[in-house]
Amino acid sequence: MIDMTVVELSRWQFAATAMYHFLFVPLTLGLSFMMAIMESTYVMTGREIWRKATLFWGTLFGVNFAMGVATGIVMEFQFGMNWSYYSHYVGDVFGAPLAIEGLMAFFLEATFIGLFFFGWDRLSKVGHLTVTWLTALGANFSALWILIANGWMQNPVGAKFNPDTMRMEVTDFIAVIFNQVAQAKFVHTVSAGYVCGAVFIFAISALFLLQGKHIELAKRSMVVAASFGLASALSVVVLGDESGYVATEHQQMKIAAMEAMYHTEPAPAALTLFAIPSDLPGEPAFQVQLPWVLGLITTRSIDRDLPGITELTEHAAIRVQSGIVAYKALQEIRADGTNTAARATFDEHWADLGYGLLLKKYREDVENATGEEITMAALDTVPDVWPLFWSFRVMVAIGFFFIAFFGVWFYRASRGWLDTSRPMLWIAFATLPLPWLAIEAGWLIAEYGRQPWAVEGVLPTFYAASGLHFWDLVISLTFYVALYTVLLVIMVMLMLKIIKAGPQDKLFAAADEGEDADFVVAALPATPANKELGS
Amino acid sequence: MSTIPLDYETLRLIWWALLGILLIGFAVMGGRDLGVGTLLPFVARTDAERRVLINVIGPTWEGNQVWLVLGGGAIFAAFPPLYAVSFSGFYLAMIVILLALILRPVGFKFRGKVADTRWRSAWDWALFVGGFVPSLIMGVAVGNVLLGAPFYLDDTLRAFYTGNFFQLLMPFALLAGLVSVGMIVLQGAVLITGRTTGVLADRARTYGTWAGLATIMLFALGGVWVAFGMDGYAITSIVDTNGAINPLGKTVALVPGGWMTNYGLYPWMIAAPVLGFVGLVAAVLGLQARLRIPTLVASSMAIFGIISTAGLSLFPFLLPSSTVPESGLTLWDASSSHLTLFIMLLATVIFLPIILAYTAWVFRVMRGDVTTRSLEKNPNAY
Repeated sequence: MIDMTVVELSRWQFAATAMYHFLFVPLTLGLSFMMAIMESTYVMTGREIWRKATLFWGTLFGVNFAMGVATGIVMEFQFGMNWSYYSHYVGDVFGAPLAIEGLMAFFLEATFIGLFFFGWDRLSKVGHLTVTWLTALGANFSALWILIANGWMQNPVGAKFNPDTMRMEVTDFIAVIFNQVAQAKFVHTVSAGYVCGAVFIFAISALFLLQGKHIELAKRSMVVAASFGLASALSVVVLGDESGYVATEHQQMKIAAMEAMYHTEPAPAALTLFAIPSDLPGEPAFQVQLPWVLGLITTRSIDRDLPGITELTEHAAIRVQSGIVAYKALQEIRADGTNTAARATFDEHWADLGYGLLLKKYREDVENATGEEITMAALDTVPDVWPLFWSFRVMVAIGFFFIAFFGVWFYRASRGWLDTSRPMLWIAFATLPLPWLAIEAGWLIAEYGRQPWAVEGVLPTFYAASGLHFWDLVISLTFYVALYTVLLVIMVMLMLKIIKAGPQDKLFAAADEGEDADFVVAALPATPANKELGS
Repeated sequence: MSTIPLDYETLRLIWWALLGILLIGFAVMGGRDLGVGTLLPFVARTDAERRVLINVIGPTWEGNQVWLVLGGGAIFAAFPPLYAVSFSGFYLAMIVILLALILRPVGFKFRGKVADTRWRSAWDWALFVGGFVPSLIMGVAVGNVLLGAPFYLDDTLRAFYTGNFFQLLMPFALLAGLVSVGMIVLQGAVLITGRTTGVLADRARTYGTWAGLATIMLFALGGVWVAFGMDGYAITSIVDTNGAINPLGKTVALVPGGWMTNYGLYPWMIAAPVLGFVGLVAAVLGLQARLRIPTLVASSMAIFGIISTAGLSLFPFLLPSSTVPESGLTLWDASSSHLTLFIMLLATVIFLPIILAYTAWVFRVMRGDVTTRSLEKNPNAY
């Protein structure tokens, strides 16, 4: 039997790694584009202040990027290490976008980021600008392929289970690439990254204005961030709505859970603004609803019903039963590859095989499952409702706040009112953590919301894990979390130090011994202590 | 499937070769950075010297490391069962490699940001660990692949690993680990002599020479060990090289000295170990003659020869099983589907030349000696 403690620890480990990685990636996406915009302005206008701005934000970008790389490599290797049956079961489909990400995107980004930092005095202005754009492009292509891979886990199109090889295999790669869930997730996620970058630049610039420092740089950065941020915040919400619409088609259970919608909402469905929990399968004890809104968001209509958790569970039970038939046929094919009757049965039911595998939690011999076990397996398809319900509301509330926030600031920027109100600047500074809160909430909805599936309807999460030992996971989880946390603290301290030191005036001058000398990458003063450094 | 212009067998062979090329690519390109990291505390003693070494690799190490990311991605996409079994089977070894690799990006980026002796010294040692540990463990892993890993597959192709971390540290595996460290230290030392002057180049020349000589001895010892001291594996049933994957559909026998069989069957394969030795000798001589580019070519050739020797000896095995030999994975029974291999090949044919072109351009832009003077001019230097 599968050791559920190992599965739980593997899930925690994946969640921890992914959530750490996702602290850095969105900022990389947003900052890289904004730096490219600032440097473009520098090349077009020739004004030094823009180069100074590019360099200053670039320094912060570099520190963040290093953490993204450090956590990213673990993400890639973790599939094989902790989810080995997943890797075997869907590697034929999932591995390809991941490998193409390396070929097309990460290579580009990682090769040119070195030149971004070291190429200022070796390249022409336009040459360097090209390098900056290629870095930004690489980061965004990277997101595209990763989200194609992830989108397939949410909506596994273009693939079929092959009973001879015991795995999912690609039948239509174009369908995998143009999977509408993947495309919706891509635009939503990168837009969220752009908002994150814009808020980061905006909040720190606001701090500079509050402190009365680096005013020229801060104001110019704020103008770029306000316009870029407004456009991105609008697209995040509009495209977020698109992913809601797409999820209705493919992941009705996720929508139902996000809405704590235990029973089918007759059309047009109401959007629940607020609710107080009660246990499944009851109704919430108290709720405030906006009529019609949910129906409009999710079905783009007022005449389609939205299925509730209870109805979806009943539907799942039917699929579990069909999955048992598929599983039985699969056993027969494995025993005798020439059994054409079994193949015919399997072809009819293979799409429900994943539902049959849900029973593996309760018994090895799936074909002998009892009615009670089928019911339990069907109930297992319901993700935890309350974390999803609240994450969704946090994410959406922050999303709308950012539209208002950047709308106001865009107006103020166009009026030249950037430093006229200290309270407004304080609010701007205080928004700094909000994008991360929204982004992590969004991640939770996307990933926690598809539980119990590693691949929706195809492979249950618990069945995808490696057969590791308890202590393997305790050791690895402890070391990862400890190392990441230490590095995160160091990164934040360094960022604060860079922000405190502010933009450096001279680009190619020898390191100053004067103010800010402790930040400039200076040689250590020649004291006896460092003549024989550490050796 | 008839629309795919290459047959399944050919695609499997191509991907086997491409996998080798990607791993060699990492050892050659990333090996420079791992080697410099390993040598950092020994070749460079003052802060200024260490900054020079770090900035020799600073602008390009990130791109070089993508060869590893791509190698991992290629195993996942082209040989998913291999990816599943090896990464989970060598779990704790992989964790050690990853923890060491995590230290590199942050080490490069964080070290220079604070002018404090203890801070910098701590990151210097982190960079040493980030260079030395992966070099050693990756070599140990290759040694274990030759020895066979203790795993089996059940009838649903779920993998079960029955060994533990300490069993990885067998004498032959440690020898393979030392060969790996030796060739990577040589590569790093050759790079340093090519990009620095004075005392740094002199020290690197000394370390590089010793590393090269040691690698010659260790590689030879490894060859004798494989030929006379250990068993190889051979498939004893008929293999359908065009069939659907089925790692359980074969019988496998243990053959004393079996990893030498291929050299009898295909005498041209002798070129690989010969290239390894010739490259090592040429690199040592090149260091003494103070040649720059030819020495780097020679030590890269040595890496190419040494890694292909391991790959060719194992052919057609990718990862033999020591406990249930029938579960061992070969390129014929552990690949992706025909279609996926073809799609991946298309992507590689399109992107690999582009990658090589821009990588070459970046290296060209960043060429030239690194000195303390050149660093002071650049505020972005590490």
